[in-house]
Amino acid sequence: MSRLRMPEADRTVLERREAIVAALRAIVPGEGVIAGEREMRPYESDGLTAYRQLPMVVVLPDTTEQVSRVLRYCHENRIRVVPRGAGTSLSGGALPLADGVLLGMGKFNRIREIDLANRVVVAEPGVTNLAITRAVEDAGFYYAPDPSSQIACTIGGNVAENSGGVHCLKYGLTTNNVLGCELVLMTGEVVRLGGKHLDSGGYDLLGVVTGSEGLLGVVTEVTVRILRKPETARAVLVGFPSSEDAGACVARIIGAGIIPAGMEMMDRPAIQAAEDFVHAGYPLDVEALLIVELDGPRAEVDHLIERVSEIARACGATTLKASTSEEERLLFWAGRKAAFPAVGRISPDYYCMDGTIPRARLPQVLARMREMQQTYGLRVANVFHAGDGNLHPLILYDANNPGELERAEAFGAEILKLCVEVGGVLTGEHGVGVEKRDLMPAMFDEADLAHQQRLKCAFDAEGLLNPGKVFPTLHRCAELGRMHVRGGRIAFPDIPRF
Amino acid sequence: MADAIKPREATEVREAVEAAIAEGKTLEVVGQGSKRAIGRAAQWDLTLDLSGLSGVTLYEPEELVLSARAGTPLAEIEALMAEHRQQLAFEPIDYGPIFGAAAGRGTLGGVLAANLSGPRRLVAGAARDHFLGFSAVSGRGERFKAGGRVVKNVTGYDLAKLAAGSWGTLAVLTDVTVKVLPRPETEESLLLFGLDDRAAIAALSRAMGSTGEVSGAAHLPAAAAAKTVVASLAGGRAVTALRLEGVPPSILHRRNVLQSLLKPCGELAVLPEEASRTLWRSIRDVTPFAAAVTGLERPLWRISTAPVQGPEIAARIAAGTDVSILYDWAGGLLWALLPPSDDAGAGLVRAAVAACGGHATLIRAPASARATVSVFEPPDPVAAMLTKRIKQNFDPQGVLNPGRMYAGV
Ligand SMILES: Cc1cc2nc3c(=O)[nH]c(=O)nc-3n(C[C@H](O)[C@H](O)[C@H](O)COP(=O)(O)OP(=O)(O)OC[C@H]3O[C@@H](n4cnc5c(N)ncnc54)[C@H](O)[C@@H]3O)c2cc1C
Repeated sequence: MSRLRMPEADRTVLERREAIVAALRAIVPGEGVIAGEREMRPYESDGLTAYRQLPMVVVLPDTTEQVSRVLRYCHENRIRVVPRGAGTSLSGGALPLADGVLLGMGKFNRIREIDLANRVVVAEPGVTNLAITRAVEDAGFYYAPDPSSQIACTIGGNVAENSGGVHCLKYGLTTNNVLGCELVLMTGEVVRLGGKHLDSGGYDLLGVVTGSEGLLGVVTEVTVRILRKPETARAVLVGFPSSEDAGACVARIIGAGIIPAGMEMMDRPAIQAAEDFVHAGYPLDVEALLIVELDGPRAEVDHLIERVSEIARACGATTLKASTSEEERLLFWAGRKAAFPAVGRISPDYYCMDGTIPRARLPQVLARMREMQQTYGLRVANVFHAGDGNLHPLILYDANNPGELERAEAFGAEILKLCVEVGGVLTGEHGVGVEKRDLMPAMFDEADLAHQQRLKCAFDAEGLLNPGKVFPTLHRCAELGRMHVRGGRIAFPDIPRF
Repeated sequence: MADAIKPREATEVREAVEAAIAEGKTLEVVGQGSKRAIGRAAQWDLTLDLSGLSGVTLYEPEELVLSARAGTPLAEIEALMAEHRQQLAFEPIDYGPIFGAAAGRGTLGGVLAANLSGPRRLVAGAARDHFLGFSAVSGRGERFKAGGRVVKNVTGYDLAKLAAGSWGTLAVLTDVTVKVLPRPETEESLLLFGLDDRAAIAALSRAMGSTGEVSGAAHLPAAAAAKTVVASLAGGRAVTALRLEGVPPSILHRRNVLQSLLKPCGELAVLPEEASRTLWRSIRDVTPFAAAVTGLERPLWRISTAPVQGPEIAARIAAGTDVSILYDWAGGLLWALLPPSDDAGAGLVRAAVAACGGHATLIRAPASARATVSVFEPPDPVAAMLTKRIKQNFDPQGVLNPGRMYAGV
């Protein structure tokens, strides 16, 4: 494991391991508790494979009651807990702790209700993202957020990470599509947030649980809204001689009042890798490639494809192709969707970054990244959710070369700091986890982080749920609660009174 | 009226909160005061008037973002966005008519703190879904920021969601950033006549499940319909309305889709652009139940529920009293106008919501009622505990709008 510092293991917990395992077996019978080293191996890391750690024990509950009892037991015995869905997190959110229980939610894999009249699905958290769409597609519906990992990742993990997908510019992230959940707190208390209705009658607790990376509670049920599948979709493939031109084109499309269903950009190395892999017919003589997808009624899509094409030509497009069949549209996407594995073919390892920038700063950010490639001696391929400024630079490296992983990580950190410097953020959809934890101060000062932790303190005052993630230092809640009142001040010295 | 403090800078907001903490005073946090009559009737020592924190600080139409100081008038922001054919897609309600006050008031900070929305909530979300980031002063007298100025961001907890709908009880927003979106090129509405509540909601549900891409779905029973721009078309009947927005070829196509889908439901009419805008503004601002129409004494409830439960909730309330309803969000939002009573109908409304799911807020009622019944939906015990702890952690001395949402919060 490279330099990552995790909370020190609690020896008094590890010494009680046998008794703890026995107590957990009493709550979750049979194969629901895994304590053998070999059997725990599959859980030692998530999608951020550079970090590995065997947990103290793995528990796989399958009822809310069991989750509640496990958490209550762990709370009473001061045992840390790490929730896990499918383990596809790219930020190490599900990385186990040596003295912690890894709480796998995979057995919560049933869809509880399909309610077409209210256009919602109620699912257990271990149901995969794609399975929700599969369950309703015959009726003409789908679940809109579509992370590329959708065959594998779970809806519980999506809620925890507030995941996005290529269609979130038009249809929103997970948070805009979740209506309710059942949540078990670290104390074992169970609470229902939201439901089949919209918004909250009080504080928006559902809104803060979404994207909280498993630090506030364990999600045991999720209610999502489903949408009618658009009548049709078409994509245009546009090549540009420079990323500046492509960026300007994206701005002009949005400026013209068009919000495409998806708008993706790739740079030359990404185009090359994808084309070699998938043969999608991408032009190889361009510096930037845009895929713009429009969906909706045929008449609207055809109308907007024309307008997008006009704008693209005016922006200096050198190639332009609009899909004329569903087959061709899928082919255009095949290259983009395979961009990660395609890059995996040209490099033994790659490291996927996830910053967001104000789109207008793209040329500047790309230029700085080119300079950094020289400094670090590593190459980068860029795929970009261009509509919303979410950049995925893939840093190519070879972990077998001593020092290269560390260089890739340092390079990645510098890219993310650059994103913040130009007005952007550290992560657009993959989460902070352990990966970006220590970079949080680049974006937030101490007061900012303290206020975030005050929310954490309301849900999990002892910091037992997924510690070591998101926050560079977890302050004790008592310390955060202290007030520093500046006594003896004159009230409102310079403020006009009326 | 309490003494007012009117800061001009975020640092002055901090000083005001610090001083209130030191002096053990409470603050009423207001923008232009357009929603002042909403919430529990509580008393505060001083008014913190944020209307002096005004001005758009960043607007990049092509990046879909706008930042402004929290006290910036909404009207100013809407005018600026209109120049670029953009809008706040969540269509915030203007509470002026309901309270018999001037229309067009309110600040961007207030819109967000109250998590306003309108008919388009159904497809485009509420204020919460467009609130990207903020700077604020918490009840601890500390300045902090959250979120960012880009439309896609999962860095740290989504405190903008917490601030949205917290009614100024946790922190005083000083600077806010929102997502803005293009305005649809044009719109029209399809109307159905004479349906009863259940048939209307069933028709709306079919429409929402179709490829018609409806961006507004409301049902106005006869009494409500008679007080809108479609009164003469309705001729004393109920009106069920579906809004179509977008580019003309798309609207034409979707109109056909919906017409063939809804033909079995009864007589259909098309309402052209201008009248359609007028109608949806009335629905957004609930003008059939405006103070000018009903007086200020009749309690008005806002109920959010699962769409098909809408008529059931209405029926349960109607079994106990004489209620008028206006349905929005395909049946998921009910505006319920009740006769005056000591508890403003809270017993009936809350029992109906408890049976059917959802939440109810007492939007308009005399202060005496708002002092005795809970205005916001009472949270279950665990949610109530979380609510109290969050308040305690952000505002330990209860300086900011204490008691506005719940006693002790
Ligand atoms: C090839 C690939 C492509 C990807 N593409 C995208 C993409 O396009 N967009 C995107 O946003 N992400 C993407 N991801 C990232 C990842 O798939 C998402 O973050 C996903 O939501 C994680 O879901 P999971 O079930 O695997 O969760 P895990 O990885 O198991 O866990 C993620 C986090 O959620 C917590 N958690 C999991 N379940 C629960 C629960 N029930 N209750 C409370 N906390 C819980 C964990 O503690 C952890 O912090 C991609 C990943 C891969 C490997």
